[in-house]
Amino acid sequence: MSESIVEVKKLTFSRGDRKIYENMSFTVPKGKITAIMGPSGIGKTTMLRLIGGQLKPDSGDILFEGLSIPSMSRSELYQTRTKMSMLFQSGALFTDMSVFDNVAFPLREHTRLSEALIRLIVLMKLQAVGLRGAKDLMPAELSGGMARRAALARAIALDPELIMYDEPFAGQDPISMGVLVRLIKSLNEVLGLSSLIVTHDVHEVMSIADHVVIIAKQGVIGEGTPEEMLKHDSPLVQQFLQGLADGPVPFHFKANPYEQDLLNGVQS
Amino acid sequence: MMDLFQRLGRTTLDKFAAIGRATQMLLGSLFNLPNPRKGFPLLVRQLYMVGHQSLLIIMVSGLFIGMVLALQGYTVLVDYGAEDSLGPLVALSLLRELGPVVTALLFAGRAGSALTAEIGLMKATEQLSSLEMMAVDPLKRIIAPRFWAGFISMPLLALIFSAVAILGAHLVGVDWLGIDTGSFWSIMQAQVSLEKDILNGLIKSLVFALVVTWIALYKGYDCIPTSEGISKATTETVVHSSLAVLGLDFVLTAVMFSN
Amino acid sequence: MNSRKIEILVGLFVFLGVAAFTMLALKVANAGIGGSKETFELNAKFDNIGSLKVRAPIKVGGVVIGRVENIFVDPTLYVPVVSLAIDKQYECKFADTTNVSILTSGILGEQYLGISPVIASESSQQSCLGQAVAQSSDDLDELFGVESKALKHGDMLRDTKSALVLEELIGQFLFNQGGE
Repeated sequence: MSESIVEVKKLTFSRGDRKIYENMSFTVPKGKITAIMGPSGIGKTTMLRLIGGQLKPDSGDILFEGLSIPSMSRSELYQTRTKMSMLFQSGALFTDMSVFDNVAFPLREHTRLSEALIRLIVLMKLQAVGLRGAKDLMPAELSGGMARRAALARAIALDPELIMYDEPFAGQDPISMGVLVRLIKSLNEVLGLSSLIVTHDVHEVMSIADHVVIIAKQGVIGEGTPEEMLKHDSPLVQQFLQGLADGPVPFHFKANPYEQDLLNGVQS
Repeated sequence: MMDLFQRLGRTTLDKFAAIGRATQMLLGSLFNLPNPRKGFPLLVRQLYMVGHQSLLIIMVSGLFIGMVLALQGYTVLVDYGAEDSLGPLVALSLLRELGPVVTALLFAGRAGSALTAEIGLMKATEQLSSLEMMAVDPLKRIIAPRFWAGFISMPLLALIFSAVAILGAHLVGVDWLGIDTGSFWSIMQAQVSLEKDILNGLIKSLVFALVVTWIALYKGYDCIPTSEGISKATTETVVHSSLAVLGLDFVLTAVMFSN
Repeated sequence: MNSRKIEILVGLFVFLGVAAFTMLALKVANAGIGGSKETFELNAKFDNIGSLKVRAPIKVGGVVIGRVENIFVDPTLYVPVVSLAIDKQYECKFADTTNVSILTSGILGEQYLGISPVIASESSQQSCLGQAVAQSSDDLDELFGVESKALKHGDMLRDTKSALVLEELIGQFLFNQGGE
């Protein structure tokens, strides 16, 4: 396998009493598009926060370019974060700034470039996502898809090594979904960066991903190229990829037997 | 029974943890302003949001409270032929108590709840997380300027409140009820002391500013990022800071004004 | 909103705050004779101070020249002692025969200290201030052999008149009636 940008090793993480990951390992290869997939509610977003150092694992290690994220000091962590960026589900644009200022924000915070140069870079980034004409709008005036593209422009403002996408396709109409898919693909090729997509939209992501990690039941249940995944012999993987209603992940939430519940209601 | 103790213990520990997080937040933001070039515009903006935006409600309330004080004071004092003492009555009650306390209560309702809701919404829309991921400390960038703006605004607002209220009392007492304007001011001047009354009132309002802004920011920063969580946090801000202000006022008064 | 407008409005807000403080300090508290001025201290023993309070004004013919700084009981004689903080410019101006009495403003008003000053002689003023006394002085005091000193910081006023206490007055009145 080629060189990896993120390596997760024997990770265990729990929130309160609930164990979310147990002894989990996978890698994110450099320069490729990696997709992390899995049913909702198993903590895929948590994984991104762990990689970003916002959460600390109970045990195990996360390496970013060979450096351990959990054991970094605060200032080292902030240093490292300038090399990664994250696209949040909601876009997380700053609502009190225009689109232009939003994209300029990381540049103004972390560089000492002149305003003229910043303007140039911002326009280039906005052009890349097709929103140069919307630079003076406020985030509230954008549609959901446009907000996500503006946030993407902000995420690539500092030319990061790694972009993490948190559910980029959730709640998008087919057109803007198509736009986003194409954007992610082309950004990855043009800028030569690594992408990590967390999603449960199987079809969209299978078309662009180079590497797929499927997680369920607190661990990785399958890892490999999309083709390998489609031929995977685990029924769980197959159920997820084909979107079957029932299978190893049951349709019904854990409950008492149906008849018993109904009859109890009658008796009381 | 065991369950009760368990719950009690857990609640106590939760409270301690909350105090710990609040203190962490305070220390993390208090002396952690961004550098002056970036920080000053942020501070000015927050002074506008927190201070200037509260100006109208403070001035109008001050005017009415001063007028009511004068009216009520006059009806009692006139029975003893001591209506000339209306000046010190109004000035002392405003400078020592009503100015700092009412300002703090209004501030909690007007600016405190807005701060909580704003921060809470930033949390819910992942703006705080996204700042962190952009390697910008939200304590530094978001919390610190708001904190200092509250800390600077409230004493100024309390002073404005007292000044406007005394003018309101003058309006009622002198212009309507016919107290002599000279004795209104001169008896007031003889009774009110700069250090004991005005500065102690200022110290009070600084303490209230610290507490109210701290509670408001903490509640927003620590809220559950849902619409229900934010509304709960906003209510808690107003309730907790009002209670804290009234309780602290008693303690401070006991320390400052008891001989 | 553009930032210049915000700056102006914030400036206005801060200006209003400072203006309010100035008004409160000057117009309401009258920081002029607030104690921020330099004062010197005198002590005076009384038999009874009535309801004199700390910070009560000290007046000469109605003009405030200082305030009562402290009130305590003399540890050996067990009489009340009042310490007076008086404006520095009056130091070494009054003679030690100056009379001080506790008076009441109006019938129900607060009590204050009234000083009827005796002006100290030229030579005693000079010696009080630490200046060399002019040798060729043929001072009246010296001629009559009266030893009058000018009052300076820490001196004790001897000629005092206590507060009028209503009960004592009535008692005295009844006693006098009975005597007749």
